[in-house]
Amino acid sequence: MGFFRRTFRRIGALGKRAKLDREVEDELREHLRMRIDADVTKGMSPDEAIRRARLRFGNPTVVKERVDAEDAALGLESFFRDARYAVRGFVKSPGFTIVAVLTLALGIGANTAVFQLLDAVRLRSLPIQNPGELAELRIVGGNTGLGINDGPYAHFTVPMWQEVRRHHDPFSGVFAWRTADVLVGKLSEAKHVHGLEVSGEFFNVLGIAPWQGRLIEPQDESSCEPSKAVASYSYWKSQMGGQPITPNTTILVDGRAIQILGVTPPGFFGLSVGDRFDLAYPTCIPPNPRREVFSFSVMGRLKPGWTIERASAYFTSLSPGLFESTAPTGYSTETIKTFKSFRLAAHPAGGGVSMLRTAYDSSLQLLLAITGLVLLIACANLANLMLARASARQREMAIRMALGASRGRLLRQLLIGSSLLAISGAVIGVSLAQPLSRLLVASLSTSDYSIQLSIVTDWRVLLFAAGVAVLTCIVFGTFPAMRGTSVDPISSLKSGERGTAGSRERFSVQRLLVITQIAVSLVLLVGALLFVRSYRNLMTIDPGFRESGITVGFFGYPLEKIKPENEAAFKRQLVDDVGSVAGVQNAAGTTNVLLSGGTWSHGMRVGAAEGSSRFTYVSPSYFATMGIPLLTGRGFAETDRADTPYVLIVNQAFVRKYLGATQPLGQLVQVMPEPQYPARTYQVVGTVADTKYNDLRKEPEPMAFVPIEQLPATAQGPWLAMMIASPDGAAAITAIRHTIASRHPDMVLQFQDFQQGIHDSLVGDRMMAMLSGFFGLLAALLVVIGLYGVLSYFITQRRSEIGIRIALGAHRWQVIRLVLRDTASMLGIGVMLGTALALIAGRAATTMLFGLKPYDIATLVFAVLLLAVITVLASWLPAWKASRLNPVDALRCE
Amino acid sequence: MAKNDLQGALDLLILKSLSQLGAMHGYGIVMHIERVTDELINVEEGSLYPALHRMEQHGWVRAEWAVTEASRKAKFYSLTAAGRKQLAAREKNWEQVVKGVQAILLYA
Repeated sequence: MGFFRRTFRRIGALGKRAKLDREVEDELREHLRMRIDADVTKGMSPDEAIRRARLRFGNPTVVKERVDAEDAALGLESFFRDARYAVRGFVKSPGFTIVAVLTLALGIGANTAVFQLLDAVRLRSLPIQNPGELAELRIVGGNTGLGINDGPYAHFTVPMWQEVRRHHDPFSGVFAWRTADVLVGKLSEAKHVHGLEVSGEFFNVLGIAPWQGRLIEPQDESSCEPSKAVASYSYWKSQMGGQPITPNTTILVDGRAIQILGVTPPGFFGLSVGDRFDLAYPTCIPPNPRREVFSFSVMGRLKPGWTIERASAYFTSLSPGLFESTAPTGYSTETIKTFKSFRLAAHPAGGGVSMLRTAYDSSLQLLLAITGLVLLIACANLANLMLARASARQREMAIRMALGASRGRLLRQLLIGSSLLAISGAVIGVSLAQPLSRLLVASLSTSDYSIQLSIVTDWRVLLFAAGVAVLTCIVFGTFPAMRGTSVDPISSLKSGERGTAGSRERFSVQRLLVITQIAVSLVLLVGALLFVRSYRNLMTIDPGFRESGITVGFFGYPLEKIKPENEAAFKRQLVDDVGSVAGVQNAAGTTNVLLSGGTWSHGMRVGAAEGSSRFTYVSPSYFATMGIPLLTGRGFAETDRADTPYVLIVNQAFVRKYLGATQPLGQLVQVMPEPQYPARTYQVVGTVADTKYNDLRKEPEPMAFVPIEQLPATAQGPWLAMMIASPDGAAAITAIRHTIASRHPDMVLQFQDFQQGIHDSLVGDRMMAMLSGFFGLLAALLVVIGLYGVLSYFITQRRSEIGIRIALGAHRWQVIRLVLRDTASMLGIGVMLGTALALIAGRAATTMLFGLKPYDIATLVFAVLLLAVITVLASWLPAWKASRLNPVDALRCE
Repeated sequence: MAKNDLQGALDLLILKSLSQLGAMHGYGIVMHIERVTDELINVEEGSLYPALHRMEQHGWVRAEWAVTEASRKAKFYSLTAAGRKQLAAREKNWEQVVKGVQAILLYA
């Protein structure tokens, strides 16, 4: 209470400074008058009375000063005076100020940018009502690869969702949703837009109010014919012209006109952070939903009084019955048992879900550490600069102390100066952080996927920036300030301009700062080299198949026009059609595109061994198209049909794991039954070389290939993926589109460059390589600047000593050696420290590196050499300057 | 544990004087202390005014301009409720200081 009152009075009194001054003067004058009056009344002569009163009162100015000091208003008043004083000092040395503020701005900006991204991906809550109450249900430990997973957030099959919809005591409402892109526009020129399939309760439970029209409601779920949708604000604005929604507002989705019911509010992007939906449409429950396809995410809003733990307990006890009644059929009893043993648990979902979290969490945290270290180096640089400035001002400080300024007062003044620098740096840094974050996000976007994140400078970001600014201020400001004010005025004044008092000690502090910089920058350089080399390894590794000159085509055909028994022949014809287009060398159908993220496995039995293998169903021309060499046996032929014996080609990893020393050709492989995939026995007819499967970082896995015509009839939807080899992809695509359009006008075509797709999957590694490289170089640059500054300063301090040496006959190179020896000792200690730190820090990055150990000797040696060259170069100029010193000039100054 | 600062004595003198005088100006406080102590204690203006202003900042006394009997304008100080509380605390504290000092004088 009292504190606030006082503070307000101080602030209120600020403007009334002159008035206050006058009041104090009036009060003291009246006091004198009263005493004089009293003495005169007692019979003293007026002159004598005045003299006596003055004598007693003492120096009125001193009294007034002391009263002023008590008037707390002056506390703030003098604060502004100090700030003004500091600003004047900065204006006088603009070079220093610009370097200092820019260094800080870059450092704080980079840190804030990375933090901002972490905030957007991890910390921020969804823009919905009471996000804290939202919970997601998931199977504990995941579904262990059972069945088919329809996407990264798919944890529920339709029957499971129906069960939860009936029983959800902890939730006031539940809903299911999934992301599923839709095709908008005429089929021949249809465009993919981001779709959100939602159950009728979705918007109600989230508490989203319509921006226009109405949103999806439970009654919209009735029909499985797509007939209505809701547009997101950005889609409505950009693609629908922002026109008012009327009952006649429709758009073409998958070739049908559907009604747009309304528009969601601007901030709402869906529930997946990093994505943005365009259209949301109601889900429908088909009469016989597939029991092995996991497609939905299910969330609910906790009732008041329920916690996540209690809700989890409720769903765990519900689980046995739920999984019993929703178990799929057509699997082995073992698999069904696994399914029935699943347990559900509730997880907080107020922050939404995001693939970015698993993909980039550790990268972002590591980046934050890297930017933090860069900031540390920048702070060390600034501290050195401030120290140099402080010792240049030592005489000024000494004089002011001699005139009676207290140490606290001077300390405060210096600290106000450095906090002004930190604040300016932070303000510019925060405004730099926005574009930097956007750049980061852009560097993570690929040719076919762009991350949609709203980068907002919210209170958390501001708090972070403020915290960083305070920390940097403490790091670079406090110590030099303590140093600068701990002078002994007498000795300092005696020793002239360049105070020698305590100078030895100060030298070692500056040395320590440079050593720290060298050590930290060595860590950053090692890290940068590791990430760059790891990225290079990934880019140049041979995956075992042809990467370049291949286009991946997706061909979607309308099923209703093709009889099921003709589908295989239709696909064969399609592959032949594409293969015979001018400019196409080879084409092959496949059920799985390598390194695209998809996987396809079957459980199987080979002799006595049981296990699983990757299975891919391919056209006969597949191995030729992909450049995968056939090692033994035969390839597939047109004669391998659905009604001929089932045949298999396996890779070397398969042979090693399941066949060992036995001759692979002729061996039998029994594939376990699965829904859509009946049990079958295949005979191995050939072996091929090993290749990567879905991850460049993994060793080759057991893989088996089946002729695409032996793919069970209903197993795949009405689409075909094709690998198309052609030297000029773009020309081939145009030609293929042309050919297909003339024969199948209603087919949906999509093309992608195979190699581009693989490189896109390395975007995270690219980002780490680029950014760690950038920050490593930045760190090295800062070290150069810091070292240069410190050496120049040392040499100025030792001007006369060097002058005497030269006058006594020292050679120029001896002077240079003197300086370089200094550098070498700092470099030596810094490198030793840095190596130790780098080895410790390397562990944190182990999982992100490919083909390298964190303690890679070559990398370490190279980083040390690089740093050595840099530091020697940085010290060469000051050393050379010192050797050119004119001894007469240097000594005359004394 | 009492804060045994002898310097607090001046504050105590001023607070006590104001409690006896009601509203009074600085000169009046000096005269009052001199009169009551038979000029044993001389309060110097150089200490009095900083102390008064400090107490005003703390909210122990309030000040307003008024006219003296001799028709002079002067700043009159008077105790606030917080000031009275402060005075009580200081008086108690002072008794302990005196006891302590006496103990030293007697036995040291």
